[in-house]
Amino acid sequence: MPLTLASRDGATPVAEDLTRAPLSVRGLTVAYAEKPAVFSVDMTIAPGRMTAIIGPNGAGKSTLLKACLGIIPRVSGQVQIFGQSLEAARGRLAYVPQRASIDWDFPARVIDVVLMGLSRELGLLRRVRASHRDRALACLDRVGMRDFAERQIGQLSGGQQQRVFLARALVQEADLYLLDEPFAGVDAATEKAIISVLKDLRAQGRTVVVVHHDLATVPEYFDDVFLIATRKIAEGSVDTTFTADNLQTAYGGRLAMAQLDRVAG
Amino acid sequence: MLWHALSLQLGYNATLVAIGATLLGLSCGAAGTFLFLRKRALVSDAISHATLPGVAIAFLVMVALGGDGRWLPGLLIGSALSAWAGLWVLNRFVARTRLSEDAAIGAVLSVFFGFGVVLLTVIQSLGTGRQAGLEGFLLGSTAGMLYQDALIIAGGGVLTLLALLLIRRPMLAVSFDPDYAAARGVPVARVDMAMMVLVMCVTVVGLKIVGLILIVALLIIPSVTARFWSEQADRVVLLAAAAGGLSGYVGAAISASAPNLPTGPIIVLVSFALFVLSLLLAPGRGVLASVLGQMAFRREVHLRQGLLALAQNQPVYEPLTRRLLRRAGLTRADGVATEAGQAQAAKALRDEARWQIARADPAHDSIAVLYDGLRAIETVLTPDQIAEIDRRIGAPQAVTP
Repeated sequence: MPLTLASRDGATPVAEDLTRAPLSVRGLTVAYAEKPAVFSVDMTIAPGRMTAIIGPNGAGKSTLLKACLGIIPRVSGQVQIFGQSLEAARGRLAYVPQRASIDWDFPARVIDVVLMGLSRELGLLRRVRASHRDRALACLDRVGMRDFAERQIGQLSGGQQQRVFLARALVQEADLYLLDEPFAGVDAATEKAIISVLKDLRAQGRTVVVVHHDLATVPEYFDDVFLIATRKIAEGSVDTTFTADNLQTAYGGRLAMAQLDRVAG
Repeated sequence: MLWHALSLQLGYNATLVAIGATLLGLSCGAAGTFLFLRKRALVSDAISHATLPGVAIAFLVMVALGGDGRWLPGLLIGSALSAWAGLWVLNRFVARTRLSEDAAIGAVLSVFFGFGVVLLTVIQSLGTGRQAGLEGFLLGSTAGMLYQDALIIAGGGVLTLLALLLIRRPMLAVSFDPDYAAARGVPVARVDMAMMVLVMCVTVVGLKIVGLILIVALLIIPSVTARFWSEQADRVVLLAAAAGGLSGYVGAAISASAPNLPTGPIIVLVSFALFVLSLLLAPGRGVLASVLGQMAFRREVHLRQGLLALAQNQPVYEPLTRRLLRRAGLTRADGVATEAGQAQAAKALRDEARWQIARADPAHDSIAVLYDGLRAIETVLTPDQIAEIDRRIGAPQAVTP
C-alpha cells in the first residue's frame, strides 16, 4: 500500500481555472499559542455550490474560516478569493459569525444591524437613503424578520438574532457567503428559513460555505463537503466524499459505528 | 549621593520618607494585586479621587473647632470617609442602574474630584494662613514629614498587610470564580467590600507620600509587573509587594539625593522602569521570549510543510519555506532535495501516514486529539504500537529526488 495523504501540503499546482475559484487555500497553518489548530490545509471551493465544512469538535472548522477571512493571523499558507488577494476581494464576500459574543444591550435596532452590512458602500460620509433602507427591509423580509425591524436586538430570541445577522450578510449582495455554524442552537423554524435563503443564493449562482456540525442533515442541505481534523481529510461532492470511511478517518472513535451507518449508509 | 540615600545616610527626614515609602509600596503592591486579579483595577482610581473632598471638609471642620487644620490623623479620617462615600455611590450605580462599572467609575471619580477642587479653592480664599499644604495631597509632599506622620503611614501599611494575609484565600477564590465561591458559602459581596476597604486604607495612607492622583499607579503597576514572572497567584502577590516596596525605597532615595525631585512621581517612574524590564525580559510571558518563541514555531511549521511537500514530489510555493529548507541543508540551491532532505522527508511522510492510521483507529482515540501536525508520533505511542501501524502501512518507501 503506497503512502498517500489527503492533504498536499501547500504544494498543489494550481491550474488556471482553479485560481478563479471563489475560495482557494494553499498550505494554510493556523495556530493558537504555538499549537497548530489547522495544519497545512489545501481547500478549493467550487463556484455556485453549497459546501459544508465538517469535522469533530476542535478540528479547526471555525479557525479555518476565520483565517480565510483574515480575522486570525496565519502561520503559513495563502488564501485567494476569486483569484484575488483577500484585501482586493473583501467586497465580494459576506460573513455570518457564530452567534456572536456581542453586547446584546447595545443601542441598535434590527434595521441598524442590517444597515451595517452596507458599511463599505456607505463609506464614512454617504447618507443612508431610502433606497438603502428598502434594501435592508427586503433582506429582512427574505429571512422573515421584516416585522421586527424596529426592535432592539437584545429583545429577539436566539434564532431571530441569527436571522438578522444573515440579513446583514444578504444586504451586501456578495458572491461568496461564509457562515460559521448558523444552525447551532436555533429553533426548527429558523433552520428552515435559513436553509431556504441559502438555497436561493445558490440558485442565483452564488457560492455558500457553511461550518456545520449536524452530520444528519449534510446530504439533504449540501452539494459538497470538506472534512477537516486539523488536516484536510477529504473534499468533494457529498456522493463521493461523505462516506463512512472518510468520517471514520476524521472522527476516529468519537463517532459510534451505528451513527456512521445511519449518516453515510 | 544616591548611595548615601540608598544606605539611609541622608538625614532624619530622608530616612523617615524612605521607610514610609517602602512600607507603602509593599502594601500597595499586595493590595493592588487582588484588585488586578478581580479585574477591578480602576476602582482604585475612583476611590483615590474620592478622598479629596474628605480632606478639605476635615480641614474646614478642624479649623471651625479651633484646632490645627493640618493635623494628619484628622485629614486621613476625613479622606477615608469620603472615599467610603465614593465607593458606596459607585456600588449603587452598578447595582441599581444599567451603567457598566467603567462608566460609573468615570462619573464618581470626576464628580468627587471636581467637588474637592472647589472646596480647596474655597479654603484658599479663606485666607486664614493655615491652609498651606492641602494641595500636597494631590501629588504627595514629603518635605515636612513628621515622625508621627511616618508612624501613621508605617502602622497603616503594616495593618493592611496583616489584613491581606488574613483574608487572601477568600479574596483569591472570589477573584477566580465568584459563582463557585458563592456556592461554597463565601460571602462574595462582603469579600469584595473588604478588598475595596483595604485598597481604600492603602490609598489613604499613601496620600501624604504619593498623592491621590498617582496612588493608582502604585496599586496597579507592581501587580502587572509581577504577573510577568509567575503563574501562581500567591507568588504574584508576593512579587508585587516586593516590586512595590523596591520602587518606594529606590524612588524615595533618588528623590532625596537631589533637590527638588518630587518623591511620589519618582516612585511611580521607578516602578514603571521595573515594569518595562519585566515586559521585555520576563521568561515565558515577556515580549522577547514570545517573539523568539513565535519565530522558532514558524520555522518549525514551514520546515515540516516543506518536508512533506518534498516527500510528495510537489513544488514548494512559499519563499520562506524554500529559504528555510535550503538553509537547513535539506535542499540544494535549485530546490532539489539533498540526501539528508530525502531522508527527513521520507520520515515526515511516514510519520504523517502513521498518524493518519492512528487517528482513524478508535483504539487510539485518546491520542487523536493530540495531533497538531508537529507532534512526533513517538511521543504518544510505544515502539510496539508504531511497529503495528507500520505493518498496516507496508514497507518503507524511497523518496525519489
